[in-house]
Amino acid sequence: MSLQPNRLTSVGKKSVMYFFLVIFAFIFSFPFYYMFVLATVPGTKIFSYPPHLFFKDSLWTNVKALLDDIPFFVNFFNSAAIATISTVAVIFFCTMGGFALSKYDFKGKKAIFIFILSTMAIPPFLNIVPFFKMMVAFHWYGTWLPLIVPGMANAFGIFMMAQFTKDSIPAALLDAARIDGLTEFQILMKVAFPLSRAGIGVLGIITFINSWNNFLGALIMLPNTDKTTLPVALSKLFMQMDGDRGGLMAGTVLAVLPLMVVFIIFNKQIISGLTAGSVKG
Amino acid sequence: MLNRSQKWAPYLFLSPFFILFLVFGVFPIGYSITISLFKWTVSGPQEFRGIGNYVKLLTTDPFFVGSLWTTFLLLIFGSLLQHFFAIPLAILLNNKSLKGGDSFRLLYFLPYITSSVVIALIFSQMFDHNYGWLNYIIENVFGGEKVKWLQDPRAIRSSIAIMVNWRFIGWNTIIYMAGLQSIDQSLYEAAEIDGASGLRKHLHITVPLLLPIIFFAVSLSIIGGMQLFEEPFVLMRGYEQMGGPNNAGLTSAYYLLATGFSFNRFGKASAIAWILFVIILGMTWINKMVTDKLQK
Repeated sequence: MSLQPNRLTSVGKKSVMYFFLVIFAFIFSFPFYYMFVLATVPGTKIFSYPPHLFFKDSLWTNVKALLDDIPFFVNFFNSAAIATISTVAVIFFCTMGGFALSKYDFKGKKAIFIFILSTMAIPPFLNIVPFFKMMVAFHWYGTWLPLIVPGMANAFGIFMMAQFTKDSIPAALLDAARIDGLTEFQILMKVAFPLSRAGIGVLGIITFINSWNNFLGALIMLPNTDKTTLPVALSKLFMQMDGDRGGLMAGTVLAVLPLMVVFIIFNKQIISGLTAGSVKG
Repeated sequence: MLNRSQKWAPYLFLSPFFILFLVFGVFPIGYSITISLFKWTVSGPQEFRGIGNYVKLLTTDPFFVGSLWTTFLLLIFGSLLQHFFAIPLAILLNNKSLKGGDSFRLLYFLPYITSSVVIALIFSQMFDHNYGWLNYIIENVFGGEKVKWLQDPRAIRSSIAIMVNWRFIGWNTIIYMAGLQSIDQSLYEAAEIDGASGLRKHLHITVPLLLPIIFFAVSLSIIGGMQLFEEPFVLMRGYEQMGGPNNAGLTSAYYLLATGFSFNRFGKASAIAWILFVIILGMTWINKMVTDKLQK
């Protein structure tokens, strides 16, 4: 069988397509690979020519150096605890709000919908100075509360859960629950939450990632290295010294790895959850 | 028929949002206008200045106008340029005959979920003048001159722009892919019968139909780009460095944070926030006008 001309061009087109996709895949993944490599290179040899390309055997030395540089376990615990509490709170309040928007008819529903949507366009920097002063006045400065409370019932989460609950909870089931004598709050707890598990999982992961990566909030509210989160502690370590890069690189790996694993496992759900609101809106 | 509790439940369920928005949204926005009209330091308001803070920032302040210029440059070459990569990548990834699309998507999206601090730390190694990968490739593959990525004022902005592109191209690609999935495939088939080439097909069908998504994604880029802070702040090592040599990496948001939280000039910092907000509104409006015009 001879190759037809249009078959040939389609093979050529395909090669070009894969060529570009692979180049970009390399650009996006190489820095991560390099980060893992540097975490295994002895601290004094991180700056070398040519730059390192292969793994060495000093990972453990670098981790120990990191533990001397910053109170790593405290920082890690703070990041994990703040992210966990935020996630639980966001799941509760946003599922509740989303459920209200998708499964109830009430006066002003459309106006409320548009209002919540438009608050997403307010840039966070606009509030930052008065927010700081408020936190000082509340005696919340230096605590975890400013990083948890303001975002508990956020617009993004409410919309995402409105999308999810719309399809996953049949109206007939809600009516049946009412006939059985359940109060609206009991319906929320016993019907809405169990039936929204898939959406709750996605919202939970997205919230955890955002909270774990939150730099600005922790920088302003928890400036003290002994009490702050991992990203802020690492940034301070980077800014104050030019010596021990080994510990720093081990720290970046430990800061990224938990999220990376979660993302690789759940990437499809996370990506569709993040884009759901954007495209339908 | 609705019973009473059924009538009140949705308001109750949505009330946490409104309470939090009132306390942490409405109140501070109003308060920040007030603060911006005063000379206001750690000890509180010192004197009423009216629009004095605004006038000073736009006329005699040694850093602010420069920081706006830096922000605009980074907005164009960091936040907006990436759409020219993201749209073609989304079209390629949307191709049905593509194998391994999920893996590409995963790799492209990984930078978006990574902490900006970690990204800045990795890139500070990649950008190193003597020992970084970028200069190694420039010298040995392309035979060019080494660039002082983190010292030369002009190169500093390129470094930050490269980081911003690297971090957000994948995010925009995913948004455009979701948009592409809603385009009716029969339009392409009709164009193929008319003999349209691949590129023309995309210029005449894909891009016009994507316009609402482009508007949305560009709006997000404008809001994010005008507030660009974390990448330059960490890469240029914090408040004291004020954006590095010649303040080349000092974006307006970076300057806002330094003014407020390093120099404790709260009035001035609030005025910067409001100027940025007005610029964001203006640019979003221009974006809307351009989109509307193109849609006709």
